[in-house]
Amino acid sequence: MPGSWWSSLFADMSPTSFFNLSFLPKYGSMFIQGVEFTLLLAVVSVLLAVIPALVLALMRLSKNRVIKGIAGAYIAVFRSTPLLVQLSIVFFGIFGSFNPRITLFGFLTLDTFIPCAVALALNSSAYVAEIFRAGIQAVDGGQTEAARSLGMTSWQAMRLVVLPQAIKNVLPALANEIVTMVKESSICMTLGIMDLMFAAKTTAGATWITLGPYTLAAAIYFAINYPASKVIEAIERRMRRGDKR
Amino acid sequence: MATNDKLIQVVDLKKHYNKGAIKALDGVTVDINRGDVMVVVGPSGSGKSTFLRSLNVLEEPTDGQIIFDGVDITKKTYTDENGKQQKLNINLHRQRMGMVFQHFNLFPHKTIMENMILAPMQVKGMKKAEATEKAQHLLERVGLGDRGAAYPLQLSGGQKQRVAIVRALMMEPDVMLFDEPTSALDPEMVGEVLEVMKELARGGMTMVVVTHEMGFAREVGNRVLFMDEGKLMEEGTPDEVFNHPQCERLKDFLAKVL
Repeated sequence: MPGSWWSSLFADMSPTSFFNLSFLPKYGSMFIQGVEFTLLLAVVSVLLAVIPALVLALMRLSKNRVIKGIAGAYIAVFRSTPLLVQLSIVFFGIFGSFNPRITLFGFLTLDTFIPCAVALALNSSAYVAEIFRAGIQAVDGGQTEAARSLGMTSWQAMRLVVLPQAIKNVLPALANEIVTMVKESSICMTLGIMDLMFAAKTTAGATWITLGPYTLAAAIYFAINYPASKVIEAIERRMRRGDKR
Repeated sequence: MATNDKLIQVVDLKKHYNKGAIKALDGVTVDINRGDVMVVVGPSGSGKSTFLRSLNVLEEPTDGQIIFDGVDITKKTYTDENGKQQKLNINLHRQRMGMVFQHFNLFPHKTIMENMILAPMQVKGMKKAEATEKAQHLLERVGLGDRGAAYPLQLSGGQKQRVAIVRALMMEPDVMLFDEPTSALDPEMVGEVLEVMKELARGGMTMVVVTHEMGFAREVGNRVLFMDEGKLMEEGTPDEVFNHPQCERLKDFLAKVL
């Protein structure tokens, strides 16, 4: 919208100025799409991670050394290598030959979205597994004993008694993982996913305004994550109060 | 009510930690008969809780046997009537041994009624209507018929323990194991829990009770075991143990607690 009253606001700003946002009228829609991609990527990858993470956590708590070892190795590998490396291996290795061309909601081109979501989920499941393990271990051992003394199998005790209590311990940490993922997912830009970071970088390249787009991206990331983490904190406090009732 | 019908035979039961450095149980042998109310006393750290928890293999013994109704439940397999080796399913045996814990261990995310009917429905496949009716009947017997919809957090300690007792009774066990059932209670709530246990004993239930309540041991128990340092030091009727103690350790212990 050239000619809007505010397009002249930035006209004489230098390209390296922090608040040079003169690209907005032309590139603003790209940022909006970027936010959509970033949020979708974060939420989808954490949700994808939940079930594998639960399986990993249960494997970690197993008495069987082999099962425990496999889960331990998975977690160790994904926590000790950079996300960018994992992303590249998944993208070029697993999805290199198999490239699904599907479009969802008219804008999600899945040829980059799926590999990125899968890679982030694989990575996230290692972290979420540790969250689950801590949550399960935080449930009093007497609960398992009581369940077993009533004749339940160890799986029944886990499913009916321990897990429902563990989920409550774990929810705030899980929400935090989504906040982390909103930030971490920016790395997917390197593979051409059109997320928030991609919008910033593309804009910077096209307009020669080197700083403004990144300032805007930072502000948007902050505007998403800071309130979200505050809400999670508040929920956590309320849940702790509930425990003391 | 005591019989000579052996329900549980404990043979040379041992529980060692740290490769034998710590001997929580050091060779305990005792028979528990149907109808017995066996009270286990002893100083803290004497192994009496470990002994009790070994009876339903919550604590896996290092060595020895626990023969429950003819089957050694410490082993992975057993020999059936036809002489065949069968895989032992410990869950089937645990159903028949109710257990009551010091800290109640009610399930906090479930209502009292749900606590009661969970195991009967899941483990025994009991229908919900039947389980609920049975649970209501038992709750009324311990004076909590109107608390079915409450959550454990809303109950007093004494009420929680009464629920824990009837929750175990829902499985219709052959024996009830009590692990210091009144130790975590405020003094004014001890009586109501002991009263339920007394009634249970009067009804002929086989009971093994680890407790510091010497009054209960005298009044309700027909046998008293005194344990110290993982060993069974002395055994007898309440009169024998409390009024005519033989070993020095027991005399010492009684001097401190009576």
